[in-house]
Amino acid sequence: MAEVLERVTKIIVDRLGVDESQVKLEASFKDDLGADSLDVVELVMELEDEFDMEISDDDAEKINTVGDAVSYIQSIK
Amino acid sequence: MNLEGKSALVTGASRGIGREIALELARQGANVAVNFSGSEAKANEVVDEIKALGREAFAVKCDVSNSEEVAAMVKGTIDTFGKLDILVNNAGITKDNLLMRMKEEEWDDVININLKGVFLCTKAVTRQMMKQRVGRIINIASVVGVSGNPGQANYVAAKAGVIGLTKTTAKELASRNITVNAIAPGFITTDMTDKLPEEVKTEMLKQIPLARLGEPKDIAKMTAFLASDDSSYITGQTLHINGGMVM
Repeated sequence: MAEVLERVTKIIVDRLGVDESQVKLEASFKDDLGADSLDVVELVMELEDEFDMEISDDDAEKINTVGDAVSYIQSIK
Repeated sequence: MNLEGKSALVTGASRGIGREIALELARQGANVAVNFSGSEAKANEVVDEIKALGREAFAVKCDVSNSEEVAAMVKGTIDTFGKLDILVNNAGITKDNLLMRMKEEEWDDVININLKGVFLCTKAVTRQMMKQRVGRIINIASVVGVSGNPGQANYVAAKAGVIGLTKTTAKELASRNITVNAIAPGFITTDMTDKLPEEVKTEMLKQIPLARLGEPKDIAKMTAFLASDDSSYITGQTLHINGGMVM
């Protein structure tokens, strides 16, 4: 959990230019972290690369918060 | 205008306008993946010509209306060249018929290759171009996509669709420094226009202020410009190259 969260957090900080303290599990990419739709698509792409997995378009649409991303990755790994 | 070190994929590049585009991009310095669907021998000729210019090239067979084949083609291009800077969506077919006589299959075939193919290829390259934070997508539309043309309901609808798709893609990808433009050729001397009856050609010439058909190089030169760094502030546009046929 901690390790996944750490790696996800790093990607979010790099990509969205937010402060690490803002990256909470309940934080919504769009509402809290200033991401637009394309940013979210891009984040999902980077998560795929980072965790060497493929996230289907259907699953990707359900990833709205940091916690969604972390639990999705854990459910696959 | 210099495409030195850039990597390009040109669909429908074995013949006609696509062939000339592939060669022109190579003359300007790009490495080129030469897509074909039927004419393998002709695609190999283009590859040989590009290699003779000192650039890298390979031929890749792909039906652009098939998403799996498109994904494999794009992956192959990126694996070979290490990146993908330029996509030219040029592949296209005609199946002309009067609307009243047009078969559903003729409609579907043309829409699938000429419009869906552009969507699939664009979607497939976007991931790489977004990562690179730079990209050039150039869609070959047609003057008839703007003016309409009797006997070409399927082709015209597809080409008008390409122009709309160009604008939307340009808006979606602008923030990632990817530009997307369309070129709308008028009547250009290719196998596609050679098939037209003589009287149709004579009639067409009357509508062209410059009173001649265009050459594939007229389109290729503009494509190379749009693919270059010099065009970085142009996106979402349709460039008309038609001898003044439509203004």
